[in-house]
Amino acid sequence: MATVKYTDEHEWVSVENGVGTVGITDYAQEQLGDVVFVEVPDVGRTVAKGEAVAVVESVKAASDIYAPASGEIVEANAALADAPGDVNLEPTGKGWFFKIKLADPSELDGLMDQAKYDAFVKSLA
Amino acid sequence: MRYLPLTDTDRREMLATIGARSIDDLFRDVPPSVRLPGPIAGLSSHMGELEVERRLGRMAARNIAASDVPFFVGAGAYKHHVPASVDHLIQRGEFLTSYTPYQPEITQGTLQYLFEFQTQITMLTGMEVANASMYDGSTGASEAVLMANRVTRRNKAVLSGGLHPHYRSVIETTAHWQGFRTVGAPVDADGIEDLSALVDKEVSCVVVQNPSVFGHVRDLTPLAEACHAAGALLVVVVTEVVSLGLLTPPGDMGADIVVCEGQSLGVGLNFGGPYVGLFATREKLLRQMPGRLVGETVDADGKRGFVLTLSTREQHIRREKATSNICTNSGLCALAFTIHLTLLGERGFTRLAEINHATAVRAAERLAKVPGVKVLNETFFNEFTVMLPKPAAPVIEALAARRILGGVPVSRLIPDAPLSADLLLVAVTETVTDADIEALATGLAEVL
Amino acid sequence: MVQSTDLSQGRSGTIAMSAAAVETSTGNRGLQLEERLIFEYAHADRSGVDLPEPPKVKDRLGGLRRRGAIGLPGLAEPQVVQHYTRLSQKNYAIDSGLYPLGSCTMKHNPRLNERMARLPGFGDVHPLQPQSTVPGAIELIGELAGWLTTLTGMPAVAMSPAAGAHGEMCGMMAIAAALRARGEGHRKTVLVPESAHGTNPATAAALGFTVKPIAATADGRVDVAALKAALGPDVAAIMLTNPNTCGLFERDIREVGDAVSAAGAYFYCDGANYNAIVGRVRPGDLGVDCMHINLHKTFSTPHGGGGPGSGPVVLSARLAPYAPRPWVVHDANGWRLIEEGGAIDGEPLGRLKAFHGQMGMFVRALAYMLSHGADGLRQVAEDAVLNANYVMARLQVALTPAYDGPCMHECLFDDNFLKDTGVSTLDFAKAMIDEGYHPMTMYFPLVVHGAMLIEPTETQSKRSLDEFCDAMLHLARKAKSGTAADDFKAAPRFAPRRRLDETLAARKPVLRWRPTNRGPDDGPLKQAAE
Repeated sequence: MATVKYTDEHEWVSVENGVGTVGITDYAQEQLGDVVFVEVPDVGRTVAKGEAVAVVESVKAASDIYAPASGEIVEANAALADAPGDVNLEPTGKGWFFKIKLADPSELDGLMDQAKYDAFVKSLA
Repeated sequence: MRYLPLTDTDRREMLATIGARSIDDLFRDVPPSVRLPGPIAGLSSHMGELEVERRLGRMAARNIAASDVPFFVGAGAYKHHVPASVDHLIQRGEFLTSYTPYQPEITQGTLQYLFEFQTQITMLTGMEVANASMYDGSTGASEAVLMANRVTRRNKAVLSGGLHPHYRSVIETTAHWQGFRTVGAPVDADGIEDLSALVDKEVSCVVVQNPSVFGHVRDLTPLAEACHAAGALLVVVVTEVVSLGLLTPPGDMGADIVVCEGQSLGVGLNFGGPYVGLFATREKLLRQMPGRLVGETVDADGKRGFVLTLSTREQHIRREKATSNICTNSGLCALAFTIHLTLLGERGFTRLAEINHATAVRAAERLAKVPGVKVLNETFFNEFTVMLPKPAAPVIEALAARRILGGVPVSRLIPDAPLSADLLLVAVTETVTDADIEALATGLAEVL
Repeated sequence: MVQSTDLSQGRSGTIAMSAAAVETSTGNRGLQLEERLIFEYAHADRSGVDLPEPPKVKDRLGGLRRRGAIGLPGLAEPQVVQHYTRLSQKNYAIDSGLYPLGSCTMKHNPRLNERMARLPGFGDVHPLQPQSTVPGAIELIGELAGWLTTLTGMPAVAMSPAAGAHGEMCGMMAIAAALRARGEGHRKTVLVPESAHGTNPATAAALGFTVKPIAATADGRVDVAALKAALGPDVAAIMLTNPNTCGLFERDIREVGDAVSAAGAYFYCDGANYNAIVGRVRPGDLGVDCMHINLHKTFSTPHGGGGPGSGPVVLSARLAPYAPRPWVVHDANGWRLIEEGGAIDGEPLGRLKAFHGQMGMFVRALAYMLSHGADGLRQVAEDAVLNANYVMARLQVALTPAYDGPCMHECLFDDNFLKDTGVSTLDFAKAMIDEGYHPMTMYFPLVVHGAMLIEPTETQSKRSLDEFCDAMLHLARKAKSGTAADDFKAAPRFAPRRRLDETLAARKPVLRWRPTNRGPDDGPLKQAAE
């Protein structure tokens, strides 16, 4: 069973066997509006925690997506090139962005769990 | 004052509605020490139309207009005939006095002509996508290098020795202040340079002009292959867009970015501006392209319409992460360009190019017969380089005194190259008559 | 996730479909004529020009003659004139009426300017003609430079920048050059208020500066305390718009200028709103080091559907040596253009564009300045400010001003008055279209929620303002009635197009016509709705 954690930048990361799958939350896609373009990172790229690694764009907004932890990009969601709307339809499913092999899984310790994130979103309303 | 509709009665009533005692009351946030008590000294008072016309008319009359004399001046700006309907149409107030189409429902006119303009540019250049225009060719060239740097994640540009020296200077200015390197090839008056040796793995792009500033026409296919083999882009600059009516387009020779000065169609000489930059590239590089883009879509009733699109690349959204800081394009000049090209159509445009070339060939053949004059070019479109037996600048002045504007001395563009001092650029468009060519040949023979 | 956002356009999800389908057989509605693309007229044999047979010569193209057709459509002149006339009728313009696009200064564009720019001695002269053949053209640039420096109280002006953003680039380059010459190239931070135009941070970032946002105070001005706290030895410059983008004069501007100067930094003033103070305040008296002037805003050159602009930059004495080439100088021999030279301490300043600047815009701006004179330009600023304050006074009974007045040349409202109505700023703007107005600037500045920035300009009459205010008050009352949200969502209904699907445009970009889209040349216009 994967554990899912959340950043205060409204990204989720689901960890299984040392690999984290990263996407944006339902709240984030709602804020962005219709997603029209996603730029995913190249596979094999080594990234540092907090580095901007992907871009998600709606008609009138562009957002950087940051690596929630250091590691190597092992897979990117190529399907988003033709179907950016997947981010709106299934932000935590087929709208995922990239997978990262975590260099140090403990870097995720400071992130929020589901309950904390829900409270965080509520506080923004 | 004719542009100000408010009367003193209006002003009093409006101040009363506002609840202000005086106009000064509305300026009360301005620190008293910097408020000026009255009109600024040293400047004239208001004038009627007639007075302004007289005053500016006197200034204008002191200049020799291109249409009034045998005229062979080019080097990046060309004298062409502009049909009367172009100027009529661009002065329609709905075009002239509208702004950037932020509200697409009530600016479909601007959006549709820009969509048509973009399409025309892709056709002329042989490229896949084009933007809604840049300030001019020179700034477009500089933006092309910045784009190539983004695409390749490299920061060294190779600049051809046949690139217009002003363009080179604009790119170098940008390089100096925005932090990338340039490698400038030596002046290439003979059109024989081979840049492929300069293309290494650090180079983001090679910028080459075709026809070159000296007029030479080159097949850029081998250079494109060299660039692509090294992972660099080929940027092709065209300063005489009419040449695309007759020459193989840069896109067919492997260009990755094409930048043109569009002044030749519709815009006029205007002593250097405003002009219009054309910018085209490959579809796969679209996201890195600067400038505004118009795209097709549908409205709520399902009807075809046009909108500004992919604007997330732009400064008003991305701010410090934008692809460029540019806000305006050159809308009205793009309109003049597109109307002129629409009037010409396929048949008119290709014939215009034929006439330019043929007239230039005749001029070159005639000038070659003037004692002491040597035409350097094997190939050219409508502009070529001649070598004179003495420095070109005083020769041009002597011709000007005879009311012949005979061309651009290379020393005007490259003052620090003594080897080029005797070189003269001669441009010949459809506006040049046989009598004009004869006047230049005769005049040259007299002053040499 | 950090967002950069512009909310000024809608999402497809908010577009209400129309019930009122077009009922004519042509798709036209009276004077509103549908118009196909030029490519859909497609007859390669037609042309709108008559050109003679080219002379017969042996070509010198080196075997590089184009193979195959370009694909350009052919139209006869009457078709061309009708095409562009019909397109023009789909545009709102200053000539149509009040165009209250805040920050853009949509004032009347006098036609005298157009006539003057077309005098052959200005419009038909080449930038590389011998200088001896264009003394009047060089004099015109010199005279305009004189007006700009005198009006602004600044000693020098760089004339070549092609537009406001280009002028910003020029001014910030001059600042970078001056810092390097001082040996202080390490100053890499530029302070930019949150309310600034997007071009400011984009320009600073392009030149390698790090942008540091400065907060605004509750009254819409830059927070001087925060600014002073941010001023350190790493700061190169501040970029401040005055009057600012909220339409307010920065009361503490002298204090800002002094603090910036004392910290060894430079003061870049964004002159986009200079039209509010022209003739009444000289930026040179405010401690400004450089300021670009958008000739199309303050000095009435046409906006032309988004350009061309022109952005001369006035410079203080300490920045004047770093102006780009070319220069116009006046000496015993009259006016001259200096095209080369000007490098200071090995710092090449170079060119910002080919040739000498936007001459066509210079002629228009000078024609406007001469028409108004020093007295009239002062009146321009006064009437612009009066008109904006009048609109604010009349609208504040129903709309919610973002800040207390007086404002300068534009008045700013937030969307508080629309709270719980189901109507957004965007919906309100689209409803204005149906009332016959171009909407105001929306969602800018970013510091105000649902911002509505209204700039009437000095060239509107009181009656025109009253009619506009009546329409705005009507819409505000209608929105607040709580029952009209669907009406607002469906707007505009009477424009040439209803709300356009921007999501579709961005997801599947169609940026050019292709032959596969071709419609019939004759017969009913194809509606490309597939």
